Amino acid sequence: MAWETVIGLEVHIQLATQSKIFSTAPTAYGAQPNTQASAVDIALPGVLPVINANVIRMATLFGLAIDADIAPTSVFARKHYFYPDLPKGYQISQFELPIVANGHLDIVLGDGAEKRVGITRAHLEEDAGKSLHEAFDRETGIDLNRAGTPLVECVSEPDMRSAAEAVAYARKLHALVQYLGICDGNMQEGSFRVDANVSVRPVGSSEFGTRTETKNVNSFRFLEKAIEFEVERQIDVLESGGTVVQETRLYDPDADETRSMRSKEEAHDYRYFPDPDLLPVVIDEAFVESARADLPELPDAKRERFVAAYGVSTEDAVALTQSRVLADYFEATVAAVGGDAKTHGKPAANWIMGDLSGALNRDGLAIADSPVSAAQLGGLIARVADNTISGKIGKDVFEALFKGEGESADAIIEDRGLKQITDTGAIEGFVDQVIADNPDQVQQYLDGKTKIVGFLVGQVMKASKGKANPKEVNQMLVAKLDAL
Amino acid sequence: MSHDRSIRDMVAAVAAGKTSAAELTTRYLDRIAAHDETLNTLISGCADTARERAAAIDSGAAADTPLAGLPIAHKDIFCMRGTRTSCGSRMLDNFVAPYDATVVERLAAAGTVTLGKTNMDEFAMGSSNETSFYGPVRNPWNTDYVPGGSSGGSAAAVAAGLVPAATGTDTGGSIRQPAALCGVTGIKPTYGRVSRYGMIAFASSLDQGGCFARSADDCAHVLQAMAGFDERDSTCVEREVPDYVGALGDQGDDYLKGMRVGLPKEYFAEGLDDASRQVIDAAIAEFEARGAEIVEITLPHTELAVSTYYVLAPAEASSNLARFDGVRYGYRCENPVDLEDLYTRSRGEGFGREVQRRIMVGAYVLSAGYYDAYYLKAQKTRRLIAQDFTNAFENVDLIAAPVTQAPAFKLGEKLDDPVSMYLNDVYTLPASLAGLPGMSVPAGFVDGLPVGLQLLAPWFEEARLLGAAHAYQQTTDWHTKRPAGFE
Repeated sequence: MAWETVIGLEVHIQLATQSKIFSTAPTAYGAQPNTQASAVDIALPGVLPVINANVIRMATLFGLAIDADIAPTSVFARKHYFYPDLPKGYQISQFELPIVANGHLDIVLGDGAEKRVGITRAHLEEDAGKSLHEAFDRETGIDLNRAGTPLVECVSEPDMRSAAEAVAYARKLHALVQYLGICDGNMQEGSFRVDANVSVRPVGSSEFGTRTETKNVNSFRFLEKAIEFEVERQIDVLESGGTVVQETRLYDPDADETRSMRSKEEAHDYRYFPDPDLLPVVIDEAFVESARADLPELPDAKRERFVAAYGVSTEDAVALTQSRVLADYFEATVAAVGGDAKTHGKPAANWIMGDLSGALNRDGLAIADSPVSAAQLGGLIARVADNTISGKIGKDVFEALFKGEGESADAIIEDRGLKQITDTGAIEGFVDQVIADNPDQVQQYLDGKTKIVGFLVGQVMKASKGKANPKEVNQMLVAKLDAL
Repeated sequence: MSHDRSIRDMVAAVAAGKTSAAELTTRYLDRIAAHDETLNTLISGCADTARERAAAIDSGAAADTPLAGLPIAHKDIFCMRGTRTSCGSRMLDNFVAPYDATVVERLAAAGTVTLGKTNMDEFAMGSSNETSFYGPVRNPWNTDYVPGGSSGGSAAAVAAGLVPAATGTDTGGSIRQPAALCGVTGIKPTYGRVSRYGMIAFASSLDQGGCFARSADDCAHVLQAMAGFDERDSTCVEREVPDYVGALGDQGDDYLKGMRVGLPKEYFAEGLDDASRQVIDAAIAEFEARGAEIVEITLPHTELAVSTYYVLAPAEASSNLARFDGVRYGYRCENPVDLEDLYTRSRGEGFGREVQRRIMVGAYVLSAGYYDAYYLKAQKTRRLIAQDFTNAFENVDLIAAPVTQAPAFKLGEKLDDPVSMYLNDVYTLPASLAGLPGMSVPAGFVDGLPVGLQLLAPWFEEARLLGAAHAYQQTTDWHTKRPAGFE
């Protein structure tokens, strides 16, 4: 039987606020346990939550960016369950009236086709603390630094049909929240956490199969693998006559498998009710409009602009706009080249996605930490463009810049005497010498094996230590050989 | 100086150097030492810190504050830095608060000296002060009788003259009912008038801090210092606090003249004890004699109040009390074998029976499948009850009614009959559900036990309540009566 995969994602987006959602304690990651938890965060008797206004603004920006409805009135509700890292015995969340609903994201698939993924809702909630099982002998430590950290939980429609689509959606969302400046996007530190609801059904069926929810997926690669594993597992279960159990599963990246965490029978009755300590969040049109005015250029718009303004391909534009930092780097590079943006856009894109990205990957660096600044790269591209150096020498200059061996491309070219030889007389000397030194190859050329000219060009370049302009060398060689 | 002076006089005497904070503090601490073994009004005393504080005030520490040197007590529901704050529960018997409630902070800033933390029903759940982990409080008018609850310790302490004033909280009547049963003046302000920050939550949408004292004028002094916006409580209303004290000082003899006072017929129907009714009728006659216009009104949804309240308050309580889990502070059972055991035994051993009963009721009404039938329906009936008052206040300035159906009952009498205990609050619950300000004013006695007159006003009209009660107290002396043995 042929099976169709159905995927919906729930993403917890940690908002990049200075202080917590209901207290004034800081949200910085990695502090000593329990040093960033206030009386409110540890739920002392008598304390009360007060909403952080910045959180409302960030959620509004997010809602606008996914073209969603911003609720004029949304309500915080208490979600009850007992766990040691949940200090109040309930989590303040939103239930019946979330702040954001009915949005969507358009993703670009491998074949270049666009697909719209619906976003059911996005609500505000507070994070819980952490239970620390390591380093405690048969005891559990509780760190409440994270308790009260603001989150947006973004719930998609079950619109995705493959692991690749799910990854494309997750990446798009990841880029978006960083564009908006509402999340640092750090998946290792848990700033962007993806849970995958996965089910399968016979192709052509309109009913959904029973779904499982897979948690603990902290990279896009793991997301893809976890979904692929889960799809295979469910198909195996169904094809061997079994039934899929609705449950929460945990992805284990070491074993590359998902494992059952708890089944629906053990599911909690959360006893939601509106939090009487907090007033409903009322958002008026003026607030929404002021947030709209604050919206930065979003990835889709930027992508289209890159194609139009810089003459790059759609594929390159998608890659360049994947993160705001990368897109900014690209634009700064083109600006540093100077002159016509449309002429220099393509080489800039090639440099960034080729040599720069390769070198960064090799050293495990992010674009923000690039040793080569956009100004430096732009300077290098300018020298290749004006034929001061060849593209090949350019790669050497780039490596030197990357290693910090010079302040600028110009300085390195100057120091190392890499300036391209465009003096016809000098090139002619090398060409004549090579013709004289390689009679066999010259004869082959004259016999009609014209491809051999490439070898001869190489010899000239070698003799000039790479500084001769290869185009000129080629022209001169062909002219002289034809004249023989 | 006598312990029986008004706050206005006491504060003036301290300011004029005719007495000192130290002298006042000692006088009341002596009374506590003499009488509290019998009454059990205080859970925690703060004699040492009180003396230090009084000495500091006498050295000028609270210069130019409105209540400099005034001794008070706080209901043990208010967190007070460095002091055990138990909420009347074994669960918090070991809990020393690391911060001050806003009410505590403001009264301290006003120059008061805290003598102790008063006894109360466990987590404010009760109407007799018998659910306290620290044992019942006794009514100074007859020590075989309950003082009412949940703020029974505060009411009894003021009635016995152990403190001139005390704070309390009112969720369904917990200030007005003990004030009535102990023969003192108590005010529960509008929901949102006084900050709830640092006040241990029972039912967040109903809880409101207020105070007890010997007269409306005394209450005005204390409320003046407590009331006002607090950014730490999102439900606290940003609205100017009128000059209650100044208004009473300037009030003329004809304050009640032309005031329309409504008597809700539902509060004078079956269930109201005849003798108590005569006391209330006499009080209303006094209002009429002073020029008030008495009109009968109807609050048709009154009968829904008890069931509405006993759905909503337990629902919120079950949630608010979830934080007491034995993990971070408070009572923890011995040698828990696992997490489940830690929770069930810590909560089973740390909470008393009434608290457990309400947590179970609350969890039930919020649970899947019952939420709509109980919690949502109760929210709807709550709105109907509030609308009754809105309609009534279109025609009257004030509502007058009994506080309770009968005077104080005997210790133990209703302990095993929770429904009868709950019905005790039938006249105080509706105003709590509507968030209205209310007072209980001493109005007479039945068989030597005090009876209170309840006054209710529209939202944020505390000044009108205080004004009416003050006018009444200018021509009556019920509020000046003292229980035998505590003169």
